[in-house]
Amino acid sequence: MKIIDGKKLAYEYKQFNENGEVESTLKAVDGVDLEVEAGDFIAILGHNGSGKSTLAKHLNAILVPTEGTLYVDGKDTKDGSKLWEIRQTAGMVFQNPDNQIIGTLVDEDVGFGPENMGVPREEIWRRVEKSLKAVGMWEYRSHSPNKLSGGQKQRVAIAGVVAMQPKCIVLDEPTAMLDPNGRKEVIRTVRELNRTEKVTVILITHYMEEVIHADRVLVMDAGKIVMQGTPREIFSQVEKLKSYRLDVPQVTLLAYELRKEGLPVPEGILSIEELTEALERCRRQLCQ
Amino acid sequence: MSIKIENLNYIYGAGTAFEKHALKDIHLEIEDGQFIGMIGHTGSGKSTLIQHLNGLIRATSGRILYNGENIYAEGYDMKKLRSRVGVVFQYPEQQLFEMDVFTDVCFGPKNQGLPREEIEERAREALRQVHLDESYYRKSPFELSGGQKRRAAIAGILAMHPQVLVLDEPTAGLDPKGRDEILNLAAALHREQNITIILVSHSMEDVANYVDRIVVMNEGRILLDDIPGKVFAHDRELEAVGLAVPQVTYVMQALKAKGWDIDSSVTTIAEAKRAILDALHRKS
Repeated sequence: MKIIDGKKLAYEYKQFNENGEVESTLKAVDGVDLEVEAGDFIAILGHNGSGKSTLAKHLNAILVPTEGTLYVDGKDTKDGSKLWEIRQTAGMVFQNPDNQIIGTLVDEDVGFGPENMGVPREEIWRRVEKSLKAVGMWEYRSHSPNKLSGGQKQRVAIAGVVAMQPKCIVLDEPTAMLDPNGRKEVIRTVRELNRTEKVTVILITHYMEEVIHADRVLVMDAGKIVMQGTPREIFSQVEKLKSYRLDVPQVTLLAYELRKEGLPVPEGILSIEELTEALERCRRQLCQ
Repeated sequence: MSIKIENLNYIYGAGTAFEKHALKDIHLEIEDGQFIGMIGHTGSGKSTLIQHLNGLIRATSGRILYNGENIYAEGYDMKKLRSRVGVVFQYPEQQLFEMDVFTDVCFGPKNQGLPREEIEERAREALRQVHLDESYYRKSPFELSGGQKRRAAIAGILAMHPQVLVLDEPTAGLDPKGRDEILNLAAALHREQNITIILVSHSMEDVANYVDRIVVMNEGRILLDDIPGKVFAHDRELEAVGLAVPQVTYVMQALKAKGWDIDSSVTTIAEAKRAILDALHRKS
C-alpha cells in the first residue's frame, strides 16, 4: 500500500513586486515522482536549496503542488476538505526544537495535538503516556520543556507528533542543532518508531551517518530526484555525491581512499564493523 | 599577545531560584595565532564562556587578560575589545538586518567610527574573503542561500578586522559543501592573516580535521585541553559526557582490539589511511 504517491510534482515560488505582478519565479521542486510504501524508512539528501524542504512541506499539505499531483494515504493534497485528515496522516518535525514546543510541561505539550483533534480526554492521556514512553521521555512528563537538552526537546517534539497517531512522520533536519548524544537519541527514537510501530519515516538530513539505516535514499538537486537506491548503492558513488555538494560517512570515505590505494576493500562500506572486517581479510591475505 | 582567563566563575541568576553555576574555575590561555576547537554537549558552558571573551557577559569572579590588560579594569575600552575579538553567533544569518548585503557588512566598521572610504574598502575586502562577489552587494540578505547568508554575516565581523574570531557552531544546518566552505574560510584566515580562531562545534570530525588544540567543556569546567590526537584518545570519557571521537578513530581502536600493531591516536582520514597502509606493509 502506497502511503505517498506523487506524480510529476512541481512547485513554483513566485515573487511579486509592489504592484502585485509576478516579478520572478523559482521552480523549487521540478517534476518529482515519489512513491513511498507504508512502513518504509526513506532518507532524503540534497544540498541547501536543492528542494528537499519544499518537497517535505508537500507531504502534509503545508504546500500544494503547482503542477502534478500528490496523494497522501489515497487523499489528494489539493482537496481542501481533506486537509485535516492529511495533516493527521503525515506529521512533521522541524529543525529547531524551541520553535515546536508550546506547553509549559512536557505532557501538556505532547497532549496539544490530540486535544486539537478533539480526542476524548482519557484517550489523550493514554496517548501522551504511550508516545512519551515510545521516545523514552516518560520520566520527564512533569518537567518544564525549557530545562531539557536539545535532544530531549526534539524527542518531546517527536512524541507530540506520535500522539496524533500519524501513519507517516516527516523529519526535516531534526538533528542539525544537536550535540552527538542528542543526535544519537533522536535517530534511535526514529528507527524504533519505524521498526516497532511501523510508522513510515521520511528523514531529511545533512549527516550522512544518519541515513545508513534507511531502506531507500533519495538525492535531490535543483528540484529533481537525481539518485535513488539503498544506502550502499548511493554511498558507493563518492565522486557523484561530491558533485551534488554532498559527501559520504567518514568510514565510507576512508574505505574509498584505501581502495584507491589498491587494497581489496569492497565498495560502499557503511559501518566501522564492515571496514574492520574487510581490513582483517586484507591482513589475513598478506599473512599467507 | 594572548587571551588569559584566570580563575573565572560565572553564576546565572545569583540569589534567585534559578541560580546556576555555569562556569567553574576556568583557567585558559589562548596564544595568538592558535586554531582551537571547543567541544562539549549542549549546556556544558561553551557559549557562556565565549561570550566572556568579548565582554558580553561579565564574570562573577576571576579575570580575563587580553594582551596583558585586565578587561574588567576601570576605564578599559570594551568597544575596542569587541572589535578585536569578533564573535559569530549560532545562526548569524538571523542577525542580518540591512536592506542589502553591502550595507550590512558596513555596519560594524561604521560603528567603529571609521571614515566612509575605509568602511567601504573593508566591506569589499571582507566580502572578497568570504567569496561573495560584487553581484551580491546590492542583493537583499533574504535572496541568498543559507550558506551565502552565513558567509555574509561572517564578513560583517571580518570587516571590523578582529584579531580573534570566535565561531559558535558555524556549520549547523549547512550541507557538506557549505560546511567545507565555512571551515576552509576559517583555516585560510588563520593561515594567511594569523587570526586566532576559536571554533565551537558538535562535529568531532570537523574539529579533528581543522584545529591544533581542543578544549573539552563539561558541566561548566574544562575537562580536557590538548592536541586532537591526545584528546580523542579519551574515548570513554568523551562518551560519558555526551561526546564522541571521529569515526576513523573508532576504526583504529577496533583494529587495535583485533591485534593490529597500529597507532590508535589517529583522528583524520589522511592519517588513518597512512597508518593502515603502514601496518599492512609491515606485515608483508
